Amino acid sequence: MKRRNFVKKASFGGFSAIVLSDIVFKDLLPKDYVPLAFQNPDPFKMFHKDPEMVLLNDKPWNMEARAHLLNDAITPNKYMFIRNNGIVPESIDASNWTLTIDGESVKQEKTYTLDALKSKFKSHTYQLTLECGGNGRSEFDPPAKGNQWTVGAVSCAKWTGVRLRDVLEDVGIKSDAVYIGYHGADLHLSRNPNLEPISRGVPMTKALQDETLIAYAMNGEDIPLVHGYPLRLVAGGWPASVSGKWINRISVRNKIHDGEKMEGSSYRVPCETVAPGDKVADENMCIIESMPVKSLITSPKSGAIIELGSNFRLSGHAWAGELAVSQMEFSIDFGSSWQPCSLKRPVNRLAWQRFEAAVNFPKKGYYEVWARATDSEGKKQPMVLPGWNPKGYLNNACHRIAVKVV
Amino acid sequence: MKKKPIIRYVTIAAFLMLPLGAVYLYKKQSEKTQNEDSYEVGDENLDEIVDGIHVRTGLVAADGLQEVITNCTTCHSSKLIVQNRMGKEQWNATIRWMQETQGLWDLGDNQKIIVDYLTTNYPVFKKGRRAALRDIEWYTLDSD
Repeated sequence: MKRRNFVKKASFGGFSAIVLSDIVFKDLLPKDYVPLAFQNPDPFKMFHKDPEMVLLNDKPWNMEARAHLLNDAITPNKYMFIRNNGIVPESIDASNWTLTIDGESVKQEKTYTLDALKSKFKSHTYQLTLECGGNGRSEFDPPAKGNQWTVGAVSCAKWTGVRLRDVLEDVGIKSDAVYIGYHGADLHLSRNPNLEPISRGVPMTKALQDETLIAYAMNGEDIPLVHGYPLRLVAGGWPASVSGKWINRISVRNKIHDGEKMEGSSYRVPCETVAPGDKVADENMCIIESMPVKSLITSPKSGAIIELGSNFRLSGHAWAGELAVSQMEFSIDFGSSWQPCSLKRPVNRLAWQRFEAAVNFPKKGYYEVWARATDSEGKKQPMVLPGWNPKGYLNNACHRIAVKVV
Repeated sequence: MKKKPIIRYVTIAAFLMLPLGAVYLYKKQSEKTQNEDSYEVGDENLDEIVDGIHVRTGLVAADGLQEVITNCTTCHSSKLIVQNRMGKEQWNATIRWMQETQGLWDLGDNQKIIVDYLTTNYPVFKKGRRAALRDIEWYTLDSD
């Protein structure tokens, strides 16, 4: 851990140098942790985010990227969306952090320190697509309540950790195990210690996949504080809310996990499709599992003015939840015709895939370049909004950018 | 880790002293110049209204504003209110949900005032199946 980094990152500029210049307790502090007395209400500085990111909410902190910020193959922290349900833990002591595996379906409860997890189990690194279930919510009509995400609640960073499966095998799981549910150190917005802000999970089949990690590093460094330092679950391709942050306990359940935001309308959609605005009873809502096929044009930024005949290269990323993307197309005539993009294979399962295309505009005028991905089962992104649902999840409608040819 | 327990106690104590030192230094500093990173809202600014917007919360300044601030922004950000568009029925259902699951208290007569404020100042508008691209920031793209 670099002491200088901490000093630089502390928010009260001038004084931090005086007060913190020679902190001897660096081992007790996470790299990105800023003591409460120094917390700057500027979330861009506090969480090291690019000023072009868009703040949706400050209690709890929620921030999204814009499409053109997501052009990197591996999403850096500065462009990674923030989705919180509660208050970021106010004190984290990584040296004493433990993870307990408990629940009805463990053979015995077991607790690991962070060091024990790192030394006892093999580490694995995967690039994993994490998209908020509500990404695109702002487009639904009638509107759905909650943070009005547009397109930027998606990331694909490189996560390093141990396989959840390896840890569960070490603990010993009974044959009646159905689901895992995580518990984290974040606080409920009401600060009532008896309420959890969020406690979700996945069925055992997802929990036991190679790529489902208990992660302690992101892009080769400690996980940034706001993204779950020192330990988070990462289950790529599913709503990012199952990838719990600041986790200190994982319960192996003999039934579908019933933690906070598993029930009611949270992260659920109508089991049978409904008309826009219909009321849906809780018992007719089904838990979202894999996210649908989707893509984002990340270059150029929407609003480009170009000269007729000049080179125009389009690029972006496509992903398809549990599946891969098999085809990528673009249209400059509102879907009347589609042309192919080149599409890379994912670096590993559950990572997004790069696409590129050279676009020729036949004459001057206003254009929209629309992008459409097809998943490995042949499903394509819709050009209009997909099925309405009460909480506005799973909007995978085609992304498009505006271009003027002059 | 069992090594160097004394250093550890000393450092914990030092850590606990930090806020005091910070406050002292902060006060001292703000007497001189305002640090550009610092954030201060003086009491006199709490009710400032510019162009019909309550500056501190970003909420529309209208009847019911105070009830909304008092009852809603204790737990969540006013940004969540500003982003959302719902009808009366949906707001009432949302309030009920907050009461059942999020620890919101009984709003009594204030509920009608709050819901009226929300539906009047943040009305639902039609978006259809796909809206036109809006607020396009045009720029010249240099080709290579």
